[in-house]
Amino acid sequence: MSTPVKAPKPGPRPAGAAAPRPKAPKPGPPHSVTATAPVLTGAQAVVKSLEQLEVDTVFGIPGGTILPAYDPLMDSAQVRHILVRHEQGAGHAAEGYAAATGKVGVCMATSGPGATNLVTPMADAHMDSIPMVAITGQVVSSSIGTDAFQEADICGITMPITKHSYLVRDASEIPRILAEAFHVASTGRPGPVLVDIPKDILNTEAPFVWPPRMELPGYRPTTQPHGKQIREAANLIAESKRPVLYVGGGVVKAGADAELLELAELTGAPVVTTLMARGAFPDSHAQHLGMPGMHGTVPAVHSLQKADLIVALGARFDDRVTGKLSSFAPGAKIVHVDIDPAEIGKNREADVPIVGDCKSAIAGLTEAYVDPGKERLKAWWETLDDLRARYPLGYEDQSVQAMTAPQYVIERLGALADPDTIWTTGVGQHQMWASQFISYEIPGTFINSGGLGTMGFAVPAAMGAKMGHPDRMVWAIDGDGCFQMTNQELATCAVEGIPIKVAVINNGNLGMVRQWQTLFYDKRYSNTGLSTHHSEDSPRVPDFVKLAEALGCVGLRCDSPGEVDDVIRRANEIDDRPVVVDFTVGPDAMVWPMVPAGVSNDEILYARDVRPAFDEEEL
Amino acid sequence: MSTHTLSVLVENKPGVLARVAALFSRRGFNIDSLAVGETEHPGVSRITIVVDVEAGSLEQVTKQLNKLIHVLKIVELEPDASVQRELLLVKVRADAASRGQVISAAELFKARSVDVTPDTVTFEVTGNSDKIDSFLEVLEPFGIKELVQSGTVALGRGAKSMASLSRYISPS
Repeated sequence: MSTPVKAPKPGPRPAGAAAPRPKAPKPGPPHSVTATAPVLTGAQAVVKSLEQLEVDTVFGIPGGTILPAYDPLMDSAQVRHILVRHEQGAGHAAEGYAAATGKVGVCMATSGPGATNLVTPMADAHMDSIPMVAITGQVVSSSIGTDAFQEADICGITMPITKHSYLVRDASEIPRILAEAFHVASTGRPGPVLVDIPKDILNTEAPFVWPPRMELPGYRPTTQPHGKQIREAANLIAESKRPVLYVGGGVVKAGADAELLELAELTGAPVVTTLMARGAFPDSHAQHLGMPGMHGTVPAVHSLQKADLIVALGARFDDRVTGKLSSFAPGAKIVHVDIDPAEIGKNREADVPIVGDCKSAIAGLTEAYVDPGKERLKAWWETLDDLRARYPLGYEDQSVQAMTAPQYVIERLGALADPDTIWTTGVGQHQMWASQFISYEIPGTFINSGGLGTMGFAVPAAMGAKMGHPDRMVWAIDGDGCFQMTNQELATCAVEGIPIKVAVINNGNLGMVRQWQTLFYDKRYSNTGLSTHHSEDSPRVPDFVKLAEALGCVGLRCDSPGEVDDVIRRANEIDDRPVVVDFTVGPDAMVWPMVPAGVSNDEILYARDVRPAFDEEEL
Repeated sequence: MSTHTLSVLVENKPGVLARVAALFSRRGFNIDSLAVGETEHPGVSRITIVVDVEAGSLEQVTKQLNKLIHVLKIVELEPDASVQRELLLVKVRADAASRGQVISAAELFKARSVDVTPDTVTFEVTGNSDKIDSFLEVLEPFGIKELVQSGTVALGRGAKSMASLSRYISPS
């Protein structure tokens, strides 16, 4: 080949990784080194590569085709394998680990059903940009495509929901492919990478060369933003009278919370944090208006609607934030910062597009910004402060309710927990209340399934988060519907010594669906009752306390508002076993505020049939 | 909606065509034509895609294509600034009575006869899609027995090449 041989340059790492990421291997040594390299089986090469990539935890289940890899794994002093009870649990645990630590989460499964059980977590990680590597066994190379026992074309199945995938064809490729998989998963916009390895390859010997030479000529994520665009954006901020910093998960992933705080205080602009960004900006900060979107606060939603400038930082104008897109923020110019160029202009045209890592982009904005004084924002803040005063987040007073209010339980959980507690949630009402009624001050303390909305995320994600931070308190806030999807991982937690805490916000129903049935289907409650409450004609099915005990956990129950604090304190004190608390709460509580699906954010309802009075003249 | 020709340089790896095609199918775009082949660099293939979409949708697909790890470079080739060709093989009914007419029609299009039987002639012709369509129109009255058409292949006009590929080539 006549072209000059040039080592492919791996894409630069984001300047501000939230936590140490695996080192990108340097360009490999010349090929003659292979002559002196140790000869390992593919299976040994997998484990050795994971060790070189500084992996300490793998979640998985062995099976026929991945079996060879589990043998050397047994001898690894560095890599701890957590034997989960369902592969979906392995995937969400890897996500929870990754979200809590910033490192790449790793899960492992066998071919066929083992691999297909990882599909949901991979889709989840893809939607929420979580760095994850899934390693799956595959049937022997000669059987691929023959409908062999436990064969599934997992690369094909996951093609649209992975950042990249590999089918390994030669044992000597394993170190390179794993190094590339970790690099791709953790750099640029993070995401899941699948490595599918046929069983015969795991059993084949090949020289093990480390560091391998990565071959990623087409992968060069842009991390350094363009200086001219940064200056243009900074000028727009200085000129604007009604700016909002619209903060998304990218800020958490880039570890840009300090830079964000500086920019926010320098500009004096209000800040809203999306579901994926809760904790990126302290909830206690005076400039924080809360979460925007379908269940966002009135001031946060209204600020975006009436803004003259929206500075989107690592956010993607998701439909749950914008409501009806054509009527979203009609008067706003848009500065859009994202590391993924495909996000810019996807849903909303950007006036100033900035492709780059949030950490360097935000720092650049701060540097380029010349403050014209805060006087110009006075009217804006008066409007927003008025809305904050009139429409705070709230719920029906606990003292007038017989049954415990779910929001009260969540509020008390937040109040009584350690400040650095990590919270995970499932999906539904409890997730929204957990976002609304716990005060997040630290990035990475709220871990949930935002994009895909995966029910059952909470328990395995909490397990993963606790493995990443064994010294911190980890609470899973779950619904009775979600909890029944993945609670088998409590057995894993009990056996492996992972003392997470689970608050089941048990309203006896698929609560969010029921809320929609209440509001939009004339209270016809089709298939939303779960029978998890005790009633005269039926016992609790299941009894979550007994279930917890059967799974090796402490089971506690809280049936009345008066017991809430006491039960939470008891749960907080237990640190040697997982704890499950069954909080029996009323079935009729609803999540407010709410923008019904598909309508303009201007139609936000503060409570049922209560539309906030916006003083349009002021703007 | 309008027709766009994309030239996509990719690493020649298993599955790359499926990944590229999937990005179009997921968004409901129909690919009008597709041609894949190796380039002057071993390990690099060029995919030429003709697709009928709105400009905004095309931009989104192009950005998504760029995210594929195996995609090295994408350019849109404008019709005026590129040479675009298709290949057609067509089998036409041509007996002793009509053969002369058929062959003289083919000559006007610089088509070559590549197979002759007592009842048919098979022609090979290259050109842009307008030329191919006109040729088929002329042959139609004689009776077309079957035909096959390649996807469009295209190169930009002028001295420049699409990319200095050396920066993408992995040592082999």
